[in-house]
Amino acid sequence: MLDYITSYLKSDTTPGQAGNFFWAFVYILLIFLGLSVAVIAMNWLERKILAHMQVRLGPMRVGPHGLLQPIADALKLLIKEDIMPAEADPVVFWIAPLIVVITAFTVFIVVPFGPTHAVTDMNIGVLFMLGVSSLSVLGIVTAGWASNSHYPLIGALRSSAQMVSYEIAMGLAVISAVLMTSLNTDGTGTLSMIGIVQAQQAQQTWFIFKFFPLGLIAFFVFAVAMVAETNRAPFDLPEAESELTAGFHTEYSGFRWSLFFLAEYSAMIAVSSIAVTLWLGGWMRPFPHWLTGETWDLVFSLFPGVTFVLLALITFYSTIRMPKHPYFRVQTIGLAGFGAVLGLIGLLLFVPPVRDRIQDIYWFAVKVAGFMYLYIWYRGTFPRYRFDQLMKVGWKVLLPIGLGVLIVTGILGVVLS
Amino acid sequence: MQPVATTFFFYFLSAVTVISGIAVITRRNPVHSALALIVALLGQAGLYLMLYAPFVAGVQIILYAGGIMVLFLFVIMLVNIERAQKEEQFNKQWIVGIVAALALGVLFVLVYMKGKGLFPQTVAQLPEGENTQGIAMLLYRDYMFAFEIASLLLLVAIIGAVVMAKKRI
Amino acid sequence: MTERSSHLELEQADKTYLDSNELIINMGPQHPATHGVLRVILKLDGEKVLGTECVIGYLHRGVEKIAENRTYTMFNPYVDRMDYVAAVSNGLGYCEAVEKLLNVEAPSRAKYIRVILTELNRLASHMLWLGTHALDIGAITPLFYTFRDREEILKIFEKYCGARLTTHAFRIGGCQYETYDGFEEDVTKFLKFVTPKIDEYEQLLTTNRIWVERTRGVGVISAADCKALGVTGPVLRASGVKWDLRKAQPYAAYSDFDFEIPTGQSGDTYDRYLVRMQEMRQSLRIIEQAVGKIPDGPIMAKVPKVMKPPVGEVYHSIEAPKGELGYFIVSDGSTQPYRVRVRPPSFVNLQALDQMVRGQLVADVIAVIGTLDIVLGEVDR
Repeated sequence: MLDYITSYLKSDTTPGQAGNFFWAFVYILLIFLGLSVAVIAMNWLERKILAHMQVRLGPMRVGPHGLLQPIADALKLLIKEDIMPAEADPVVFWIAPLIVVITAFTVFIVVPFGPTHAVTDMNIGVLFMLGVSSLSVLGIVTAGWASNSHYPLIGALRSSAQMVSYEIAMGLAVISAVLMTSLNTDGTGTLSMIGIVQAQQAQQTWFIFKFFPLGLIAFFVFAVAMVAETNRAPFDLPEAESELTAGFHTEYSGFRWSLFFLAEYSAMIAVSSIAVTLWLGGWMRPFPHWLTGETWDLVFSLFPGVTFVLLALITFYSTIRMPKHPYFRVQTIGLAGFGAVLGLIGLLLFVPPVRDRIQDIYWFAVKVAGFMYLYIWYRGTFPRYRFDQLMKVGWKVLLPIGLGVLIVTGILGVVLS
Repeated sequence: MQPVATTFFFYFLSAVTVISGIAVITRRNPVHSALALIVALLGQAGLYLMLYAPFVAGVQIILYAGGIMVLFLFVIMLVNIERAQKEEQFNKQWIVGIVAALALGVLFVLVYMKGKGLFPQTVAQLPEGENTQGIAMLLYRDYMFAFEIASLLLLVAIIGAVVMAKKRI
Repeated sequence: MTERSSHLELEQADKTYLDSNELIINMGPQHPATHGVLRVILKLDGEKVLGTECVIGYLHRGVEKIAENRTYTMFNPYVDRMDYVAAVSNGLGYCEAVEKLLNVEAPSRAKYIRVILTELNRLASHMLWLGTHALDIGAITPLFYTFRDREEILKIFEKYCGARLTTHAFRIGGCQYETYDGFEEDVTKFLKFVTPKIDEYEQLLTTNRIWVERTRGVGVISAADCKALGVTGPVLRASGVKWDLRKAQPYAAYSDFDFEIPTGQSGDTYDRYLVRMQEMRQSLRIIEQAVGKIPDGPIMAKVPKVMKPPVGEVYHSIEAPKGELGYFIVSDGSTQPYRVRVRPPSFVNLQALDQMVRGQLVADVIAVIGTLDIVLGEVDR
């Protein structure tokens, strides 16, 4: 048994390919937990960052600086009454959130957090991710239909049209990145998520800089399409609050609603991971071929620990700035404790074996976090598109650009090889 | 990687496909039928995976389950279902149906009786990694002409659809 | 669906069931973007609006009837509750109408105070409009910026008369309160503070591609239609008509100031946005001039304790932030008005909604309701 467990650690493949069920299960569990934590953190961060963009404080009451607010929200959602409209189609109403949340989590089994840090690596990795995430629209459409109400129905119709149209632009952008993987010495491309990152490693460039500005344009097309795919501002028409109250999930409440919420955020993380894998070099640290040598390796491997220590220092600074009133004593102690935990994690990340194992995951997470910040930033800045304008952008702007980039990439690939 | 519990998965996926296929034609509510059809398509995708054809499975999911079925649902939602349910069902072709079912049944029985000689005993082993490349080679090298003709046909169909839809706009 | 019969009947199904995708949708009275309790019944073909019907009255309090049972002085605070985001303008209109009826004139210091407060109120009203309008179109940030700056105006109101929203700042015959110490400094400081802020709003929206696409060509109304429907205020001016009561029939002390009337050309939502932004700048100009030359003197004219205006009637209208706000008061010589009729700009402007959104999309209905800048307290009274 012990051999079974340790044997995988020495191998250099993913547990799925190694056929190691124990570790595959551990990875699934870790990803599920990590994702849930990320969604909770994202919930808090979005409210805080958006609040600070809008000259207000955001959640401040539950816990110091509102740190416990997501937990309070989750509790509220769980104990809330679960209402199903009388005229709703009960089975479909029940299944719809499940479809959305299952597809949102399933895509993560091929996301490569590192060369070996993925549940499995598939020959058709990207295709699998796009395919499974395209299934989530089914959940949205059925949710809108099953509610048997006008606003959700309009939201569902908008969402299905929107997601089907933007999938095409997204697919074209993805294909041009996949085409770039074939421009190495042996001339065979790959759809595997790990293979794509390795191709970037072999070609010594992130695909965003490949054939400048071709890679950048393809990335731009993908970056716009992915915001539309996840129904986020400025493309949040399916749930446009000011028009359709809440769009397809108007009739949902309590736990079922929280499933939609969970799915939306994990879908955001999923598409961001695709973008990071395809264009931003996945788990690679910055400048892997320029800043080489032992010293640079050491410097970059210290980043994770430094980040957490910095976060801890910020937390301690906020602890000092807490009001001195006895009412805030518990909160102050809690904040200090939170800082201490962050600091301890930071120190743990300085230990060499941990440091080396965590590095890939760290760089991947940092890149994804950048996208998450962009999502919040968009929401704070842009008004919402109207439906016809949305379609115009999808079909008349992104689609031709995507096609053009694909053709030019193909021609360049043939000419150069 | 070695396949695990092949027999179990084969029968499981087959059962899922067949049961949901039956559900497609027995449900009166078209949305339920469509959802059952999606499950059937997913079961089929699973069967493709078992045949070491991951690319076909992926395309099956992305095109049929994710794309076409969404459009199906889209259309169904625009239809007034209560009225559609009162509408007379298309049962006029039952003679054709019986003939077709009988022919299919005979075929099944024949295959079952002397199936042993019809199929190769051992499955041709294709390395897992080369399935996608294999399809690409077939489509874009060996059968390039046929493939392009098919795409042209589809283009004509798209243009036709646009022209027909344009009248209403 | 609607329990109430509406003139928007669904087209009878004469085609196959595939074509019956016209639906009637009920927007409001509980809806995040109808600015209160407006209920709009929409007839849609997919997302296209085929017709609308407004149902109002959810906030009806019978303000006009109440007036008949109150003395002239007692009714004054009620008018603040009509357009509650521009309470000062309402008070100004009412006080001036009664003054006209009594044939008294407020002293010039009172008039200047009135102008300053009214223009500040116009700024506050436009700020609230901008924030909610942008929020309706999906830009959530401007709302918080405008509310931050509107707060400074409300602070000045609070310092002046103790109330922030329903100010009840004026009395018949002048003002109740002398300006507090440092009033001028506060206002000047506010002017300095707010000028760059308006540029900030414009930076967020004016050249924002999505904002321009969402507003340009949306809810177009021509000058002729505006006149036919009685639409006034920024909506009329954005259609190219240079009509502002502050210039056309100067009241209070407006004839003393130098300011311009911004107008638009195309009469679409984007032009209305630009006109209101310009109006905010013009208001700042007026306030600056008024603070600079505010005269000394009494703040109340001599009015009798018990007001018994002579028998007669009067119509007086002012340029409220939303358009022409008129008061028609009939006196029977007693202490209570015989009849008070209010011509609220929101109510009249709301009439244009149907014409402006017909043939456009659902999302445009929201944009147009926002751009009309209605306050349901004033529509329903």
